Amino acid sequence: MILPSAYLVVGALLFGLGLCGVLVRRNALTAFMSVELMLNAANLTFLAFARHPLRGAPSLDGSAIAFFVIAVAAAEASVGLAVVIAVFRSRGTVEIDALRSLRH
Amino acid sequence: MTEAVLFWLFAVVAVAGGLGVVLARDPLHGALSLLAAFFALAGLFLLLAAQLLAVLQVLVYAGAILVLFLLVILLLDLGPARAAASPPGVVKLAGALGALGLAGLLCTLFLSASFPPAVPPSDFGAVAAVGRVLFIDYTLPFEAISLLLLAAILGAVVVAKGKV
Repeated sequence: MILPSAYLVVGALLFGLGLCGVLVRRNALTAFMSVELMLNAANLTFLAFARHPLRGAPSLDGSAIAFFVIAVAAAEASVGLAVVIAVFRSRGTVEIDALRSLRH
Repeated sequence: MTEAVLFWLFAVVAVAGGLGVVLARDPLHGALSLLAAFFALAGLFLLLAAQLLAVLQVLVYAGAILVLFLLVILLLDLGPARAAASPPGVVKLAGALGALGLAGLLCTLFLSASFPPAVPPSDFGAVAAVGRVLFIDYTLPFEAISLLLLAAILGAVVVAKGKV
């Protein structure tokens, strides 16, 4: 029997890894992949709490919300990658530090 | 027993895949690590009795989003990263420590929680049951998501065609 906390700990570790990737890596594609990792960690947490709630009966609301998260992540990835392609065409790089034209 | 073996297998692969995303020099290697992590997460969803979400995870994340990532990585042909592109060590350390601190905080919080034993109904997580919830309780968000996806399709085409 696996404790419900174990799933939540895996979710927390994956979220931390994704956050670390967003903060540390300078490649826009890697940062995007880290964001996807964080969204997946959130999904795992939703599903773990839906199956093992702190009080009350297991509910399918967690599945519904995870479904919406997947849909939003798909939309976010398509638009974000389009932005990456456009930036690469105009500047020849996808490094985040090179994109400073919104400063001042 | 089987559940414990499968859980540890999926958990280790998922965390190792996440580590691979953060540590890989080449985004292509990072994307392949992410693929492994997505499959392991689908396995964890199955262990949590969320069958529909496990299938969607493989179909949408591994099948669509990750292929899109790989396509863009191959299309851009970035070449080796410049040495100056890597942030200074203090920034790396601060980012890693901050993320580690947050993960540790969440872990202690989760480990201190006590969960009462819960028995789900037999059709928990099945397509019919989730569909009923989606179309009865979440009708409006479901329709809003369809509009969002339409806007994302149009936005992706417009942004990728023009100059930024």
